[in-house]
Amino acid sequence: MDFAFILIQLLNGLQYGLLLFLVASGLTLVFGIMGIINLAHGSFYMVGAYLAWSLSSMTGSLAAAILLAIPLTVILGMALERLLFRHLYQRDHLYQVLLTYGLILVFEELRSIIWGDDVHGVVVPALLNASIPLTDNLSYPVYRLAISGVCLLLAAGLYFLIQKTRLGMMIRAGASNRDMVQSLGIDIKLIYTLVFALGIALAAFAGMINAPLSSVFPNMGSQVLIICFVVVVIGGIGSVKGAMAASLMIGLAETFGQVLMPDFAGMIVYVLMAIVLVWRPEGLFGRA
Amino acid sequence: MPNARLTAWLPYFVVGLLALFPMVESTFYTQLLTKVLIMAIFAMSLDLLVGYTGLVSFGHAAYFGLAGYALALMAPKYETVSLWWSLPAAVGVCALFALITGTLVLRTRGIYFIMVTLAFAQMLFFIFHDTKIGGGSDGIYIYAKPAMKVGGAVLVDLEKLQNFYWLVLALTTLVYLLLHRVLGSTFGRALLGIKVNEHRMRALGFPVFRYQLASFTLSGALAGVAGYLAATQYGFVNPEILSWHQSGAVLMMVILGGMGSLYGAVIGAFAFVLLQEVLSNQAWFGIAAKHWQLAMGIFIMLVALYLPQGLAGLLQQFGRKPVAEIADE
Repeated sequence: MDFAFILIQLLNGLQYGLLLFLVASGLTLVFGIMGIINLAHGSFYMVGAYLAWSLSSMTGSLAAAILLAIPLTVILGMALERLLFRHLYQRDHLYQVLLTYGLILVFEELRSIIWGDDVHGVVVPALLNASIPLTDNLSYPVYRLAISGVCLLLAAGLYFLIQKTRLGMMIRAGASNRDMVQSLGIDIKLIYTLVFALGIALAAFAGMINAPLSSVFPNMGSQVLIICFVVVVIGGIGSVKGAMAASLMIGLAETFGQVLMPDFAGMIVYVLMAIVLVWRPEGLFGRA
Repeated sequence: MPNARLTAWLPYFVVGLLALFPMVESTFYTQLLTKVLIMAIFAMSLDLLVGYTGLVSFGHAAYFGLAGYALALMAPKYETVSLWWSLPAAVGVCALFALITGTLVLRTRGIYFIMVTLAFAQMLFFIFHDTKIGGGSDGIYIYAKPAMKVGGAVLVDLEKLQNFYWLVLALTTLVYLLLHRVLGSTFGRALLGIKVNEHRMRALGFPVFRYQLASFTLSGALAGVAGYLAATQYGFVNPEILSWHQSGAVLMMVILGGMGSLYGAVIGAFAFVLLQEVLSNQAWFGIAAKHWQLAMGIFIMLVALYLPQGLAGLLQQFGRKPVAEIADE
């Protein structure tokens, strides 16, 4: 194993981790701020990927597809929050689990009706379809680097939004005391709608940009969802910082696991989770 | 209830009717009812956690599927395996796995608990899906049903549909009675207390963690009974048996029937399996039956939104005073 090989795995692990962060950050925000468990979060990742595939084959450009798809997913997120999730904020988690489980079934069947059950590939945009040679026979694709870059930008933007802006202040306040925020004259309902739509748009966007690498296939959402649960459990509910740390940890662990001990790669993330549960049940950055 | 004596005799009456069922009905319906009863055991085991201990597990299929795999791995390829030891062994494996995962997942609460139970179930799913232990994604066939022999003679031949049905019915009744007994005991009362107010029970000196772990282990073991029977009925196991759709379905049965009542779990299993059969019936719905999960998904969402007390709650609503609104947290 030489340096170039390790570098490639490292970059792959980081890229995978950053992508996980996009999905998991929305999940952890919705958990932390609204106290909602959303099993259907992975479905939005799937919706994003399928939109990217169908729109890019219509327009011929992935960039155009993404630009068209983002507003669609934001609208979808806002509509679902208004119509369904709003009714469950005060209810037991049990009903949130049921509702979102039903939602997964609906999304999967709609996907099957609209787009069919086949696996489809998405073409990497021509501009980014190159690779950087590392040694004589090893090279690294530019598109993966671009994904990592975009994810980092979004993570920085998210940090700025939550920590430095007035809206972010309201979001954080809403997370700790909903009633108090409301009596101070802030429209908490609107903030909830925005946060929910933001989370969904992030998940869908992750699906869109990853579509050329993963291709699009049925049930692709549930795979991502479970890993993101593990990310949230390790990072601590509601902690975006924790989601980042845990995503990178899992991205690297799984990538190197697949290289070093392929038979047990699928288990590594769960072993990590078990260790964290024993050591810090509230997660690395969670509030006890 | 207006007629207490009638209510007291109702379960015996129902079991009696069910026992007579295969005498009058065709193969198809006997098989369907066998499936319903197996799911009823599964749903009751989960109800012990969700309805009585206040722990929402979204990974209950793990124990169900594990027992199925245990049977498949214990059975010699073309010969029968004795039910006398394979059933206790499969259930024991589930109890052990529940004990181990229980000590980990019970460190968490609420949303965490839901996610962690799901994650552990997925771990098992991937173990059986990705490795060769259980035949990978193809699974394993169980060519011969377990045998119930005494000495050298066959006591009950389970290859006969009716005999298997009666075994399942007997076990369903046993599990019902066992849980009824457990829940009526001091232990059961303490579980209910923990469900309502964990901190108060702890302050009263109850070893909350140990009680929850005992409940979790018993629940996993009983799910194992159901899983063992399911694997026997289908004649094969594959990773789907422990997929999270299975966990979601059984949770749905518990809610649909009305959690916190054993007969509710049984009603829920009946309603859910029958609904599944009806919606996927091609003779009735034609091409739409292929997408029956869409209707099922919408139905589940409607129940979550409008029928939080389930069918048992609905019955009570018609029978007696209105059910109290579920407490807003």
